[in-house]
Amino acid sequence: MTRIQHGPRKSWRRSLYGPRCVLLAAVLVAVPALADAARAAHDSFANIAASTFDLEAQGVRELAVSGSPRAAAVIDALRDRRLFAWKWPRPDTPLYIRIDTGFVDARTGNPVAAPNRVNLRQVIVNDSVRSAIDTAEGALGLFSSNVATRRKAADAIFQTADAGALPLIERALAKESDAEVGRVLREARAAALLKSNTGSTSERLSAVGEVAARADLSARSLLASLQGQTPQVAAAIGAAVHDIDRRLQLWALAENVYYGLSLGAVLLLAATGLAITFGVMGVINMAHGEMVMIGAYTTFVVQRLITASAPAIDDFGVLVAVPAAFLVAGALGVVIERTLIRFLYGRPLETLLATWGLSLILQQAVRSIFGPTNQDVSSPPWMSGSIALGGLTLTVNRLWIILFAGLVLAALMATLRWGGLGRSIRAVTQNRRMAAAMGIRTPWIDALTFGLGSGIAGMAGVALSQIDNVSPNLGQNYIIDSFLVVVLGGVGNLWGTLFAAMSLGVVDKFVEPFEGAVLAKIVVLAFLILFIQRRPQGLFPLKGRAAEA
Amino acid sequence: MSSRGITIDRRRLGLLGAGLAVTSSSLGVLPDLVSPAKAAPAAPETGPIKVGILHSLSGTMAISEAPLKDVMLMLIAAQNVKGGVMGRQLQPVVVDPASNWPLFAEKAKQLISVDKVAAVFGCWTSVSRKSVLPVFEQLNGILLYPVQYEGQECSRNVFYTGAAPNQQAIPAVDYLMNQVGVKRWVLEGTDYVYPRTTNKILEAYLKSKGVGPADLMINYTPFGYSDWQAEVAKIKTFGSAGKKTGVVSTINGDANVPFYKELGNQGIKATDIPVVAFSVGEQELAGIDTKPLLGHLAAWNYFESVDTPLNKEVVAAFKKSVNDDKRVFNDPMEAHYIGFNMWLKAVEKAGATDHDAVIDAMVGVAYPNLSGDFATMMPNHHLTKPVLIGEVQGNGQFNVVWQTPGLVVAQPWSPYLPESKNLIGDWLPPMSCGSYDVVAGKCLGSHKA
Repeated sequence: MTRIQHGPRKSWRRSLYGPRCVLLAAVLVAVPALADAARAAHDSFANIAASTFDLEAQGVRELAVSGSPRAAAVIDALRDRRLFAWKWPRPDTPLYIRIDTGFVDARTGNPVAAPNRVNLRQVIVNDSVRSAIDTAEGALGLFSSNVATRRKAADAIFQTADAGALPLIERALAKESDAEVGRVLREARAAALLKSNTGSTSERLSAVGEVAARADLSARSLLASLQGQTPQVAAAIGAAVHDIDRRLQLWALAENVYYGLSLGAVLLLAATGLAITFGVMGVINMAHGEMVMIGAYTTFVVQRLITASAPAIDDFGVLVAVPAAFLVAGALGVVIERTLIRFLYGRPLETLLATWGLSLILQQAVRSIFGPTNQDVSSPPWMSGSIALGGLTLTVNRLWIILFAGLVLAALMATLRWGGLGRSIRAVTQNRRMAAAMGIRTPWIDALTFGLGSGIAGMAGVALSQIDNVSPNLGQNYIIDSFLVVVLGGVGNLWGTLFAAMSLGVVDKFVEPFEGAVLAKIVVLAFLILFIQRRPQGLFPLKGRAAEA
Repeated sequence: MSSRGITIDRRRLGLLGAGLAVTSSSLGVLPDLVSPAKAAPAAPETGPIKVGILHSLSGTMAISEAPLKDVMLMLIAAQNVKGGVMGRQLQPVVVDPASNWPLFAEKAKQLISVDKVAAVFGCWTSVSRKSVLPVFEQLNGILLYPVQYEGQECSRNVFYTGAAPNQQAIPAVDYLMNQVGVKRWVLEGTDYVYPRTTNKILEAYLKSKGVGPADLMINYTPFGYSDWQAEVAKIKTFGSAGKKTGVVSTINGDANVPFYKELGNQGIKATDIPVVAFSVGEQELAGIDTKPLLGHLAAWNYFESVDTPLNKEVVAAFKKSVNDDKRVFNDPMEAHYIGFNMWLKAVEKAGATDHDAVIDAMVGVAYPNLSGDFATMMPNHHLTKPVLIGEVQGNGQFNVVWQTPGLVVAQPWSPYLPESKNLIGDWLPPMSCGSYDVVAGKCLGSHKA
């Protein structure tokens, strides 16, 4: 756009990093070439206060290996944004750490009189500095007395190792007693050696072997990043990467199955409730997704209440939410059945319209009460992170959901098979008039059945709150999938629901890597349409007179 | 929701509208600027000036759009306390298009031809803007559109107060390339027009910077996607090729949280594979668990945490007006703040609310933006803007880690795409054209390439 704009002259913003600071920092870096360790520590402090991220990261790396007793405190302060520098250039580049009671000098740890805040600026951290901090903390953690800390530190060192870390790794290795940590350290040493382009060919070849033995993504990433090797080493690296790729492909297959099962578990959870209301009772319940949503909001409310009243069991709020969500959604289901559904039995079109309208009402009601924004349902620590199983990375939250889905289905089947309510439900669905003649209050059973299905949907909401957004639209995303699962599995058959959910999940996840997530959904839908054409009764239709009635 | 407060008596409005229609038709012979083809509905010359607010207050987009209505109501109320404009009070007309794209067009038509608003502040998604565009062009209305978008559009009747791609996407990629040293790129987006177009531009841009096809992966997922396992695993594998990898995310609002959660669960930290997002702002982070997002990046032209006196004052005024300390202020809200004040200046400059006069008066108006400096309305109906890169903090705010040294002038037509590389938009005479081909030397129409 060459045209000169009207209005005031464009004022150029002063660069974030003034040239003066850079100059000063550059001088400070240039000086310590022949300085002793203490002097180097001093200048790494100055670098941390410099206003370019490169110098700052360099300062962190230098400080970590300087052996300065203040290193850990300063790096911690930097990470937690408690480190402050002088805003204007000053030859002695003071650095302060803010503590609860005031400020301490970063270099000495002595308390200082609170400096005027006008003169201070917080030392900002970006990603490159943060990765330097991670390395530094790794370096500092290598000498911890705790094995787990050392293990974590060794892993961090492996990820970021460079030539500068070699002496440190040697020192740590000499002291290390734990076999596992020792192995990771040797791998880190091999990685550092490879990156530093030093060592003889045979040393480098064995280093390649050592890193390749890890056979994971970080080993592959490290090996692939090595450039300018001698032909012999390069060939070894090529072979190692190829080898890792082949092994990872096999694991990727297993990983895909896991992803498929976990998607299947989510589908199963969402669909189980519908398998009762739609499958057993024959009510086309478009408000089913909203029951799930209400379960998720119950989780939110329960978490809030627990945080407010009993913070000690905060981490188990999700568990408390399971029965709460069942009761809330179940009670709502009973109310809906008594006030709306029961007038519409045998009129599927009207039921569809009425429940769809109901779903809109429920959504907007939740939006009016809780606001349109997503609600914060936090994941407890025992539901975060992942476990490594060979080359598999199993995310813990999905693992719990698979387990939970299985438990819910098992409990439901047990109730239907052996429970008093279950017997009545089966009796009513199989032969309503005979059941009534035997003294079962069929309208009441209808209400309870609908409540049971809704309650299970509410429990699904608890699980979904851990992996999806708790928003008024939560349910909409699952209603279509739920119907697909129930129809595919065969209406009225819980085993069918289980099988359909799992196979839909696995097929989806196997198509996804090739076709992308959007097309995967379309492919699955097309497959379903064809299947329903061939087999309208689903995979496992009910047999016998009851089904034909 | 705090959407009460404005109630419109439809019957009275209807009568008023009918009366006005009679009046304006009887006065229609006035030799004003209205050309017969573009019959601008004449706004009344006395009484309050009506301002249309066209944001979804229900449905999926309410999460993003409802706060924009609150900002507009605050700005209008504050201006009325100051005496309105040209001695006339401002009257907001709030409609709810309910996240329903065709309804946007209907409501826009109602605002312009029934309510006779002087200007409309509204829309969020590109599809809603595309839906109302023909209405505004046909009825010669004024739309102030406050959201960052994909460009490739330059209408005479729209003032784009959000960022064009070169005011958000390109500088963000530059930051990753030059400051973080990213060599491999994942362009991850939700499957609709904004990510598709933005990624097309970014792909061309990255190729022009020498990024090979092997170092580029483009993925799309459906709206509201929540099962990110396989996608994240794919990114992880892609990132293991030994070069620094970065993700440029045009994932839309709701799907973001599960995405970041999955990244966290699979052990990918911002230091391993940084993600820079174009649709994650303070509003999207409000009230969610930000742990998995810490350190990831977002590119905007404004952050609530910007440390200027003017920003502090406006944010405080907003929190007071909605009576909620927890509410946040974000980039599109700043865009409405600038756009509204520019429109006021333009109305004063034109001395009337007449659409043609105001459209001409808007160009060249400057107003301070909240991060310091001045935003200027350029002849291509876009603003000059600073570009800021922020890192997500634990409190749901952003910490600015980098910003462009000066203001960036918008290029609505991307120079990196072959079909638009010769195009510019310029609504000042003698060009007066939304897509002018500088090589062929001719106008290609009002807004289409």
